[in-house]
Amino acid sequence: MSALLFWIFALIMLGFGAAVVINRNPIASALSLVMCFMGLSSLFMSLDAFFIGIIQVLVYAGAVMVLFLFIIMLLDLRVETRRKTNVVAVGGGAVVALAFFIQIFFVIGQLSAAKQPFPPLSSPKVDDVHSVGLLLFSNYNLPFQIIGVLVLVATIGVIVLSKRELR
Amino acid sequence: MAITVSRPKLNWSERLYLPAIAAGMAITIKHFKNMLFGRTKVTMQYPEEKWDSHMPEHYRGAPALVRDDTGRVRCVACQLCEFICPPRAIKIIPGEIPAGDRFAKVEKFPHEFDIDMIRCIYCGLCEEVCPEQAIYLRKDYAITGFTRADMVHNKEKLLEIGGVMHGVVLKWNEKK
Amino acid sequence: MDYFFLTISLVKIVALLAVVLGMMNYTVYAERRISALIQDRLGPNRVGPAGLFQPIADAAKFLLKEDFTPGHVNKFYYWLAPCLAMIPAITTLAVVPFGSTLFGVPMVIADINVGVLFVFAIASLGVYGIVIAGWSSNSKYPFLGGVRSTSQMISYELSLGLAVIPVFLLIGQLRLSEVVRYQIEHGWMIAPFVGDWANPHKWLLAIPMMISFVVFTIAIFAETNRLPFDLPEAETELVGGYHTEYGSMKFGLFFLGEYVAMITGSAIIVTLFLGGWHFPSIPDGSHGWGWGLVNIFIFFSKVAVLLFVFIWVRWTLPRFRYDQLMRLGWVFFFEIALANIFLAAIILAYFPQ
Repeated sequence: MSALLFWIFALIMLGFGAAVVINRNPIASALSLVMCFMGLSSLFMSLDAFFIGIIQVLVYAGAVMVLFLFIIMLLDLRVETRRKTNVVAVGGGAVVALAFFIQIFFVIGQLSAAKQPFPPLSSPKVDDVHSVGLLLFSNYNLPFQIIGVLVLVATIGVIVLSKRELR
Repeated sequence: MAITVSRPKLNWSERLYLPAIAAGMAITIKHFKNMLFGRTKVTMQYPEEKWDSHMPEHYRGAPALVRDDTGRVRCVACQLCEFICPPRAIKIIPGEIPAGDRFAKVEKFPHEFDIDMIRCIYCGLCEEVCPEQAIYLRKDYAITGFTRADMVHNKEKLLEIGGVMHGVVLKWNEKK
Repeated sequence: MDYFFLTISLVKIVALLAVVLGMMNYTVYAERRISALIQDRLGPNRVGPAGLFQPIADAAKFLLKEDFTPGHVNKFYYWLAPCLAMIPAITTLAVVPFGSTLFGVPMVIADINVGVLFVFAIASLGVYGIVIAGWSSNSKYPFLGGVRSTSQMISYELSLGLAVIPVFLLIGQLRLSEVVRYQIEHGWMIAPFVGDWANPHKWLLAIPMMISFVVFTIAIFAETNRLPFDLPEAETELVGGYHTEYGSMKFGLFFLGEYVAMITGSAIIVTLFLGGWHFPSIPDGSHGWGWGLVNIFIFFSKVAVLLFVFIWVRWTLPRFRYDQLMRLGWVFFFEIALANIFLAAIILAYFPQ
């Protein structure tokens, strides 16, 4: 059952991931990316990582992609759909991607750790929300705070820049 | 010239917006309550309750032809109503009264008298112009039909709606 | 995966869907009747006794109308949008505990440990239906509606998320059934009358809970596009907003999706702040299946009361202007919710039980 679900969701994810690249229509690409995120979140959830899965949907599918869509909708997108395919560029990209894939395949094949199955995880004492929270606020408290400050700086920077633009 | 509208200065509670919301909600719930317990009564449930008993004296409903006490159709087919009718709803085909008849001196009677109720605007000019007190606006208001032909009232229908009118001048009864 | 669990889940899903879809139809009817009564009219009262079969007539009308697709739309997305408007609203109900237990089976479809996050995640997907509808219609007013909807939903999702944090600071669990259990033991979030109600600590905590409740409810109003915030479909400005180009049952799905979203929103407010299926001095389902049914009934009664409030507000308040809406969302509710988190944290840290 679980293996079947894994394959279904993996196929959804890969299929829509390919659709993001292949689609000419930017809106269709963005929506495919949303579906790709949904597949990814389902994979997380099938690993019992509910928190990560839900955050994946909430942050990426629910907020980031909506903003992307918002921006794409405000732009003129007909130009993009009419553009002709550049055969050389597509071929070159495919070759690079294939080379990269083969490289990773062989590297992972060489690793000794990849040959043996993962030891089963010890069943956690607290659920994943708590363990994420505990880690964030104990071991990684300082990086967490620094990232918070960084995001704040970025936000204020954007506001300052856009205000200056107005004047 | 530009007119500067001075905005009222809102005090603290007005700017908070919440008291106004509460007041509005209180008003609507009061209306809701009064309607729910039947204390407000505005709507008339049409087919069950009708307006008939509340109809004012001067109500202008469907125009109709009347008979007098002796049962004579009062219309003499003078066609004044046909001419005055603003939407041209009335069509009269006059006929001649034969010489031997008691009312032969009237000369004409309406052979056909049609009022197209799709066109009629219930203005009452026909009633006003009639020299014979033969056409009256009655209180019928629900005039319906499935076809356009249904909506044309012919002479029989008009007499049926009109019925008998009592207490009108009977000038043709006397010999002259 | 045993078959007992699967069968029971399926039965629960079907039963809940039946109840909620029925409720949705009758919310439409209630909306029409209540709005009429508020305006001193009568509303639909002809189809069946007191007009109770009106929803059936409406559904028949929607289904029998010509299913028209305008020539200038993007066909695939035009057809996809109504489904996307409806599905997230229904899906959210999966994690809401709508009753105690019935024959020992907990009355919640999926009691996952990130319940409320799941609700927000799925609710945030609801915006896609509207955005895609607005975009695929390829026409000005729907597009403006879609754009408005996007910014409105993103803005109010912030207050929505921040408003519930005090509740979970207090409980320490994201599971919605835990929220209900806490409220059974300690009294409802906004009215802790149960248990040792004379305890001042609980009443102190009720202050941030009350603020949370108000902010959350208003944010739910904005998320479901209900009237003080119905800018995406403002009739006076945008014709019909994002569903201008839709007709027949495709419009029906948008229309009913709004009502399902209302029911879902009310169900979540009830679960978080109004004690879920609990009512003082009524035992839970472990005392017999009758009480289990009573619990479910209590839950849906509370939802119905909130739906009445939704309708009442809609027919009272005028629509906000767009800048007022944004100002309200970003300047007031966002700040109030943030300050409220600090307030709750201070109370929890410095005024122990």
